[in-house]
Amino acid sequence: MADAKVIPFGEDRPRRRGGGARGARAVDAVAAPAQPPGPSRESGPVGLPSPVEESVEAPAGRAGGAGEWDRRIAGGLAFLRRRITGEYEVDEFGYDKELTDQVLMSLMRPLFDKYFRVEVKGVENIPKEGGALIVANHSGTLPLDGLMLQVAVHDHHPAERHLRLLAADLVFMLPGVNELARKAGHTLACAEDAQRLLEAGELVGVMPEGFKGIGKPFGERYKLQRFGRGGFVSTALRAGTPIVPCSIVGAEEIYPMIGNAKTLARLLGLPYFPLTPTFPWLGPLGAVPLPTKWTIQFGEPIPTDGYAAEAAEDPMLMFNLTDEVRERIQHTLYKLLVQRRSVFF
Amino acid sequence: MGKVVLVTGAARQLGGRFVRRVQRDPDVERVVAVDAVTPPHRLGSAEFVHADIRQSSIARVLAEYAVDTVVHLAVTGGAPGAPGGRSAVKETNVIGTMQLLGACQKSPTVRRLVVKSSTSVYGGTARDPAVFTETTQPKSLPAAGFAKEASEVEGYVRGFARRRPDVAVCVLRFANILGPFADSALAEYFSMPVVPTVLGYDPRLQFVHEDDVVEVLRLAAGEPRRGTLNSGTFNIAGDGVLLLSQCARRLGRPAVPLLLPAVTWVGQALRAVGATDFSPEQIRLLTHGRVVETAQMREVLGFRPQYTTAETFADFARSRGKGLLPPERVGRAVDRVAGLLKVDERVER
Repeated sequence: MADAKVIPFGEDRPRRRGGGARGARAVDAVAAPAQPPGPSRESGPVGLPSPVEESVEAPAGRAGGAGEWDRRIAGGLAFLRRRITGEYEVDEFGYDKELTDQVLMSLMRPLFDKYFRVEVKGVENIPKEGGALIVANHSGTLPLDGLMLQVAVHDHHPAERHLRLLAADLVFMLPGVNELARKAGHTLACAEDAQRLLEAGELVGVMPEGFKGIGKPFGERYKLQRFGRGGFVSTALRAGTPIVPCSIVGAEEIYPMIGNAKTLARLLGLPYFPLTPTFPWLGPLGAVPLPTKWTIQFGEPIPTDGYAAEAAEDPMLMFNLTDEVRERIQHTLYKLLVQRRSVFF
Repeated sequence: MGKVVLVTGAARQLGGRFVRRVQRDPDVERVVAVDAVTPPHRLGSAEFVHADIRQSSIARVLAEYAVDTVVHLAVTGGAPGAPGGRSAVKETNVIGTMQLLGACQKSPTVRRLVVKSSTSVYGGTARDPAVFTETTQPKSLPAAGFAKEASEVEGYVRGFARRRPDVAVCVLRFANILGPFADSALAEYFSMPVVPTVLGYDPRLQFVHEDDVVEVLRLAAGEPRRGTLNSGTFNIAGDGVLLLSQCARRLGRPAVPLLLPAVTWVGQALRAVGATDFSPEQIRLLTHGRVVETAQMREVLGFRPQYTTAETFADFARSRGKGLLPPERVGRAVDRVAGLLKVDERVER
């Protein structure tokens, strides 16, 4: 993946991975939501009252690289204009595509490219279109693995698909966090939301280990915990969408959790309170994750459309499928760990 | 023989509009408008009966006019500064519904009952699914307030439907009703010069336009059209979703994020001076938001709202005059910067 790190200077989307053609397409994608929602445009003279002479003389003075910068500034201003006048759209889950593409993804990308140097494998296992459920292991004390998975799917999939993550209710209780999570396309991990997204043909990401996985002690790293009650399998069965197992290596070591202050966690209403070699001893500095090298591997999809309609109600089948998904992820984890040269390189 | 429609809550703005609209229907012979206070608006050719639905006299009204369709609109959050305050509103909502249903149960002529409810019966917490369907059970409801009353009212209506299976019962759960004439607490809230919001939360809101409300009530009060069914429970909301931050920006009123406890204090202070009704449940709406599924409304009830959520809000915003930061002016400021930098935004548009 060394080639992916080469970012030609002067590209229109500097943070975007991939070749020039991809970059050009990205501009189209960015320009598309710029079409203001028709009806709300009626609300007043929201048109473009900028003097005509200026816009006429402006393109004449441009050449080469200068024109590129002008375009970029213009794009930024158009974006700013839409944001501050509220002329953008969100879906029923509160997903703000424009903000995610232009701001939130750009914020996470340096972490993905430069800090964790994430290597992505098997991205061809994610369907080009239609619903699919990506099931991944969960680790790392803070759910950075989910965010990196979202960047991985978007930047590496040829169709630049957006992953809609299912998050714990704690995420939606915390002020600030819930706002950003909804805007980034996350929603509550419940059967209703998952099914609605899958039936709408979205790519949904779930980490069925939940707090058991993310808050497990460092000694148990890469040992998959129980996969909840397998609710994700019945949801995928009902929607008839494939399940894509996904193994993430590297996230376990970002905050090695050597202890858990249970009393403090209970007082704060948190599922666990991590004690790492640096946190909370070094204060905010302890919240800096260790720069581990990550690998995200997508496995072969498990089809679910061959089952009868009542299969989603069959507990035996549920447990079998859940175990199959779990086994696949666990095996891939071991394989990736054997191949890994070092935690940090 | 034409229908005789009885409308409760006719003195409220929405009730008045529905009374004036439904009397123009060709198959409606007579409209009886009922309220405890004299309506400030005209009711057209409808007959106004000064009756309090909390009293058993409502049964006499039903019998006297041989009413066959009852449209119960007197389930409201109460306008700010309503006479008698919150407890009177609560009594009208709960006791009034009980009395009215009791009267309907006795009446041999009643064939159809339409009840105005609200999507606030779903509550709304961090642990609820993002989109509520008609069958979603609320995770938790406030201990008091309009949401509790509305869910109690719905409980009584379900009981009535069981006891009188021959009566077609339609419960309409409306999202926040807005429009140029809206007098709800939310309309008051959006009319404040600055909009206090809860820091760290950007709720998703859905609106339904007053005109659509009147239309859907008319649809529910009449005979079902071919291929549709107008009894049961339906969510009524315009398409699409707006975030509170978007609303404030489109309205041109600056949003002032406050910490959750501070919002409660500000709410109490505003309530004390009678500026607006800032109930705990409204704070909950402004924290977690509420979005409902409207597939049933489209497919079963056969109703297509004329206004989307965004269009409803735009119509409301037009009626409220300019805020401190009108979006046009803010947009022009950006354009001026673009002009200074000699770039053309339109290239990217």
